[in-house]
Amino acid sequence: MAVQKDKIIIRGLSKTFYQKNKVVEVLKNINITVKENEFLVLLGPGQCGKTVLLNIMADLDKPTEGEVEFTDGRPEMGNLGIVFQRYALFPWKTVMGNVEVNQKFKGTPKEKRQQAAQKYIELVGLQGFENALPQALSGGMQQRVGIARAYATESDIMLLDEPFGALDAQTRYSMEDEILRMWEQDKRTVIFVTNNVEEAIYLGDRIILLGGHPTGVKKEYVPEMPRPRNYTDVAFLKLRNEIVNNTDLVL
Amino acid sequence: MGELMDNKKKDQKRQLLILTILGLVLFFGIWEIVVRVGIISERNLCTPTKVVQTLIYKLYNTKPDGSTLFVHFLSSIKLSLFGFILAVVVGVPLGLVMGYYKAMDSFFTPLFEVIRPIPPIAWIPIVILTLGIGFQAKVFIIFISAFVPCVVNSYLGIKLTDQTLIDVAQTYGATRWQIFTTICIPSSMNMVFTGVRVSLAASWSTLVAAEMLASTEGLGYMIQIGRNLIRPDIILVGMITIGIVGALMGWVLSLFEKKVAPWRY
Repeated sequence: MAVQKDKIIIRGLSKTFYQKNKVVEVLKNINITVKENEFLVLLGPGQCGKTVLLNIMADLDKPTEGEVEFTDGRPEMGNLGIVFQRYALFPWKTVMGNVEVNQKFKGTPKEKRQQAAQKYIELVGLQGFENALPQALSGGMQQRVGIARAYATESDIMLLDEPFGALDAQTRYSMEDEILRMWEQDKRTVIFVTNNVEEAIYLGDRIILLGGHPTGVKKEYVPEMPRPRNYTDVAFLKLRNEIVNNTDLVL
Repeated sequence: MGELMDNKKKDQKRQLLILTILGLVLFFGIWEIVVRVGIISERNLCTPTKVVQTLIYKLYNTKPDGSTLFVHFLSSIKLSLFGFILAVVVGVPLGLVMGYYKAMDSFFTPLFEVIRPIPPIAWIPIVILTLGIGFQAKVFIIFISAFVPCVVNSYLGIKLTDQTLIDVAQTYGATRWQIFTTICIPSSMNMVFTGVRVSLAASWSTLVAAEMLASTEGLGYMIQIGRNLIRPDIILVGMITIGIVGALMGWVLSLFEKKVAPWRY
């Protein structure tokens, strides 16, 4: 693999929430470098602050300390592709309406933005459903719309926040294959957040394991396995055990 | 299997239909008997058959209240639609901006909270003094009663917008105005329509009160005359007409809602 340039550098990032008479330290001294066009997985147990970290990267929240540097300059609001946990589609907009929304906010002329949206609707395999409302779609299809909507920002950075968390196991497996296929077809820097160890190993170029109180980077893993990876492969299971043993339990 | 289910469903439908008919027959049957037997004197309450007779009679005759039923209906619907539409046109946008812009909220809400609990009928005396007893005065009374639910529901509809959707729009680059028009307003539509439906009912219920202000026609007026002449059949024809027209308008409104806001939320 060629040497990739650094895309995003997270330096000494901490986040503390000050509540009424409580100080909650969520993230402490996080250092992560994301390479261009890599598929990076942030793996951590529930409630460990993964979403907070993503929100800071998306500029929805400010860090208490440290910084997030984008080597090509911080993208403006609306120029990051984000996929949300519970799809978060606009229920009154059709599939097309949802996918084109970012370009619409930016004021791209209708014909041009619909052409672009059509391309991504086809990329996620939803052609024929352009005029359907989200309520008519299954969970897996709804999240495909969410992914197409993120791709349609044309951003070279994609943030996915536990995108398959609400799907059933079967759909989840097929969506994991889908997201890899899309990434191979249209390479971008992907930051994929999950709490599922198998999903992390199946997908990631690199896995950053988060944990501790407050949350910090525990360890980094590089699954040295060619894709498509096999869940029952010896190397897969070995890595899985290693990561599980290193993960904090949250009850 | 499918056929079996279909048959079962059909059976159930038939049973429910029988219940509907039974309910109506029982209601009108008991009413008829109560008056015929004389438990309530025919001077004070007439039989349903008499009501139907009067209804048919009133389609062609102006006696004893001066106009045919259709003229009364036309006069009333003009009045209530005028007040109702005015209330929707003013009330819904006001509620929406009050819900979204803090400044608007601070400016209007205290005033509105004081006006809100005043029953529409309590406005009548002051309306007579300021606007007189003409068309404007009546429209104003109806407007007041229909205005409040429009504002309250539109306001709540905006306040109840899912914060996640607002965040999504923001990360996708929406301006504040775009968030208002493309996220908050569509998401409030179901609440708005509920408010409009309550408004419609309110505008009809205030109709009779509004028509007490010196009318010469209208369903409310017809009911008044019926009372003065001790003609329960005239009163009931007026009441039933109001009921049926109100139900029809509610039905038209829900068709319109399905067209404008077909999503579930």
